[in-house]
Amino acid sequence: MQDFGSAFGEAFRLVVVLDPALVEIVALSLRVSLTAVLAAGLVGLPIGAALAVVRFPGRSVALVGLNALMGLPPVVVGLLVYLALSRAGPLGPLGLLYTPTAMIIAQMILVIPIIAAVSRQTIEDMKDEYDEQLRALGVGPFGMVATLLWDARFSLLTAMLAGFGRAVAEVGAVIIVGGNINHVTRVMTTAIALETSKGDLALALGLGLILLVLAITVNAAVMALRRTAGHASFA
Amino acid sequence: MRPSLDFATGGGVGDQPVDRVLPIRGSGVSIRRAGRTLLDRVDLTIEPGPLTVIMGPNGAGKSLLLRVLAALIEPDDGAVSWAGTAPSRRRAPRLGFVFQKPVMLRRSAIDNVRYALKVAGVPRIERDSRALDALAGAGLDRLAGSPARVLSGGEQQRLAIARALATRPEILLLDEPTANLDPTATLAIEDQVRRAHQAGTTVAFVTHDLGQARRLADQIVFLHQGRIAEHAPAAQFFAQPSSEAAAAFIEGRLMP
Ligand SMILES: Nc1ncnc2c1ncn2[C@@H]1O[C@H](COP(=O)(O)OP(=O)(O)OP(=O)(O)O)[C@@H](O)[C@H]1O
Ligand SMILES: [Mg+2]
Repeated sequence: MQDFGSAFGEAFRLVVVLDPALVEIVALSLRVSLTAVLAAGLVGLPIGAALAVVRFPGRSVALVGLNALMGLPPVVVGLLVYLALSRAGPLGPLGLLYTPTAMIIAQMILVIPIIAAVSRQTIEDMKDEYDEQLRALGVGPFGMVATLLWDARFSLLTAMLAGFGRAVAEVGAVIIVGGNINHVTRVMTTAIALETSKGDLALALGLGLILLVLAITVNAAVMALRRTAGHASFA
Repeated sequence: MRPSLDFATGGGVGDQPVDRVLPIRGSGVSIRRAGRTLLDRVDLTIEPGPLTVIMGPNGAGKSLLLRVLAALIEPDDGAVSWAGTAPSRRRAPRLGFVFQKPVMLRRSAIDNVRYALKVAGVPRIERDSRALDALAGAGLDRLAGSPARVLSGGEQQRLAIARALATRPEILLLDEPTANLDPTATLAIEDQVRRAHQAGTTVAFVTHDLGQARRLADQIVFLHQGRIAEHAPAAQFFAQPSSEAAAAFIEGRLMP
């Protein structure tokens, strides 16, 4: 086993020279998580907007459920997606298990509740404020939703970023449905989890460093967004 | 998109009839909430022309009445009609509504006005000039590019009125637009409303400020406990109110 000092040195070297193995893993991570978040946005934003605008019986139960889903443990999501995609499962014939698509699906399911819940709250608060004024101007239901989505865009982007932060950092779901197969489904978190135990400390540390920087960047972006939106009074 | 209409002349373009909303008529309008009757069989017609001030103590139902007339809430009993027909969303831009607390969209001042014009179906090429005209009329041209929500309270209210007027409505309904403003801002609003009225816009103005009512009103509707206690020309209302409630209110001894 390497000693820690040389492992750190090697980790920095891998990052600085853009080691191909490391870059491949980071690229796959970004591809999987970004795709998952965009897909989750396509599903989650309309759900959030609909929950904010439409009154129906059982709505408060749906809201409680949605908020509970925000705390879904990734391993549980991974397990459920695994069961659905495994050979005997209902989606088994698609042959998606242990592919990046399976990981995208799992992370998407993980992120949808976050985006839906945050956008529901944001849009509903704004609707309380805008509703009568927009109706007085003659805006119909569809125009209302479009206006709310547009005027809430900074907060909604913040929700998407938070979702990305969660997706890129989770390990439980992708390890179950992806399997950490080298060159195929190995992403940053699964590599860290498994390479550490195999003794490849340098690679794990290098990936950990990048993950850390990513997390900080996402948070900085969220804060910067909030600040610009606040300054321009779009918040 | 609807064809653009020249509302200022009151006529239509070609054969297109102008969408009319006046007179606005409420007949037998009642509103009940939680076992209380908040508006009690109110009959009121707002004809084109005069500046009507709707007065009454807190909780009399002034805001509710204005909202019902603007079709923002449905009466539980009775009916509201615009120019003889049921209110329709398509005609909403012909009726400008200004709330006590201005609601500003998260956009620049001019984009707030452009938005209203777009909803009203004004063609894109006309929106800029009409929005600028509306802002200039409110003395806000300097602030056109500022985010609407950082404007002062008085500026926001002037912008709300400019936005309501930009679609060239037949009638402007205002719900205590100066309630939170200082005397200078209040006078600026009164001036803006008076100019709109002189330019031909019918006005209904809710206030419980007697001085303001004296300055503005052609006629007064006095509301008390959800009923119209008195509806009279302003001079007559102030000189010799016929209802006990109105007399008490003018003398400053009305208990709601
Ligand atoms: N949605 C509602 N549910 C229950 N009560 C209501 C509702 N809206 C208004 N009220 C009540 O109706 C009465 C009249 O309200 P309204 O806002 O029209 O009064 P107002 O004359 O405008 O008073 P103010 O001068 O204080 O603005 C008040 O007693 C108010 O509490
Ligand atoms: Mg009121």
